Amino acid sequence: MPLSKRIIPCLDVDNGLVVKGIHFSDVKAAGDPVKMAEKYTEQGADELVFLDITASQEGRRTMKGVVSNVANVVNIPFTVGGGIRNLEDAREILRSGADKVSINTAAVKNPALVTELMEIFGRQCVVVAIDAKCISPRHEIKGEKRNSLNSNGESDDRYEVMIYGGKKETHLDAIQWAREVEGLGAGEILLTSVDADGTEDGYRIDLTNLISNAVRIPVIASGGCGKPEHILRLFKETDADAALAASIFHYDKYTVDKVKSFLQGSGITVRI
Amino acid sequence: MLRIALFDYGAGNLYSLRAALERNTGVQTSIISKLKNIRDYDGLILPGVGNFDPAIISIGEDKELFTKAVKDKIPILGICLGMEMLFNRSEEGKLDGLAILDGQVIMLNKKLTKIPHIGWNTLKIERNGGKLLDGIPDGSWVYFVHSYRISPNDNGMVTANSEYGITIPAAIEIENLYGTQFHPEKSGQTGVIIIKNFLNICREKQ
Repeated sequence: MPLSKRIIPCLDVDNGLVVKGIHFSDVKAAGDPVKMAEKYTEQGADELVFLDITASQEGRRTMKGVVSNVANVVNIPFTVGGGIRNLEDAREILRSGADKVSINTAAVKNPALVTELMEIFGRQCVVVAIDAKCISPRHEIKGEKRNSLNSNGESDDRYEVMIYGGKKETHLDAIQWAREVEGLGAGEILLTSVDADGTEDGYRIDLTNLISNAVRIPVIASGGCGKPEHILRLFKETDADAALAASIFHYDKYTVDKVKSFLQGSGITVRI
Repeated sequence: MLRIALFDYGAGNLYSLRAALERNTGVQTSIISKLKNIRDYDGLILPGVGNFDPAIISIGEDKELFTKAVKDKIPILGICLGMEMLFNRSEEGKLDGLAILDGQVIMLNKKLTKIPHIGWNTLKIERNGGKLLDGIPDGSWVYFVHSYRISPNDNGMVTANSEYGITIPAAIEIENLYGTQFHPEKSGQTGVIIIKNFLNICREKQ
């Protein structure tokens, strides 16, 4: 039996409560993080990701409490990201009970942080989140749906790394950045398509392939999941190791175990 | 009350391991950074988070006390890095390991698979699983996060293997030493049983 593909519910936490944003804004309230973590664990989630989207200092302190409360009840791994700026922030989150930290803006601003975290906590603790936005010209042509493919049948799309929750450009190329963070010591890449996030019309297959073919560390795909078929397509057509999803689970549209049985029935190796 | 010590390398998350232990009744855990009072405990766990050299440095002067604890037959569970440290040396570091078990720790093969090996993989139980894996069926899913694997001189200590491009020793058991390459504290219900088994081993030796 090979390594299983992972299903990872993602919980965006604002001031201690789980919310789900559309396109990184328009926040809707959804629930208690500890209760939701327990529910997903019982349903067979393989991991959990908590993204702290709080802006205030007080909200950050609340997050540490959330992390230790979650660590008290769940017996599966979980990652915490959002607002981790330096080594001390990361240490506090890991000390509170998280298994991994995910860094994004901080990694772009201070790439040495990735190496520092790897040297102290080990590569497996360091997830670098990459928010990628397509900047190919075709996206400026309204109604144009054809993929731009080169002579090898590969996508010619270019993707730019975005920071500050998908709002600010960096002029970094997503593929080069993925290779760079791998070299710096990242253990995993959490890849979010800024264009797909919140749309529920499916993961970006081209983007996921571009990144997962560029590195030899696991890639978690995120952004756009609206139904189990999207996860199936992701695993059939890309080398992604894990699928991150939020809204399909939060509003009880689907349970993790139902999604996994569906995937298993379609030939995907999952933990059941 | 069963007294379990968790050794702290200063490198991160002991919280979830502690929580996993304390979900069992009658267990008191202490997080220790010195091994000098090791006789006060019924069992010792070397957790799995960190990097080889910093972890070896953190044991430092207590290396002899640790070796003595092993001879005194205190049950010891090494998880991931905590198990790797028991061997002679690791490709992850320059320093010598604790050299309590003979063998090397070598990097997974980059050409065959993605590294780190992260995620849920299945166990192939060997030697009936020994005491630590008692009641764990063949094919059970456990959670791995690692880039290195052990290569013991004596494969007879291996109680479970896992496949990831190559065969990875997933659990060992020899006298009072127990080790897992995966993380029982993160392995759902299977992990709960393994932790219970270790606590029972400690209870028997109490």
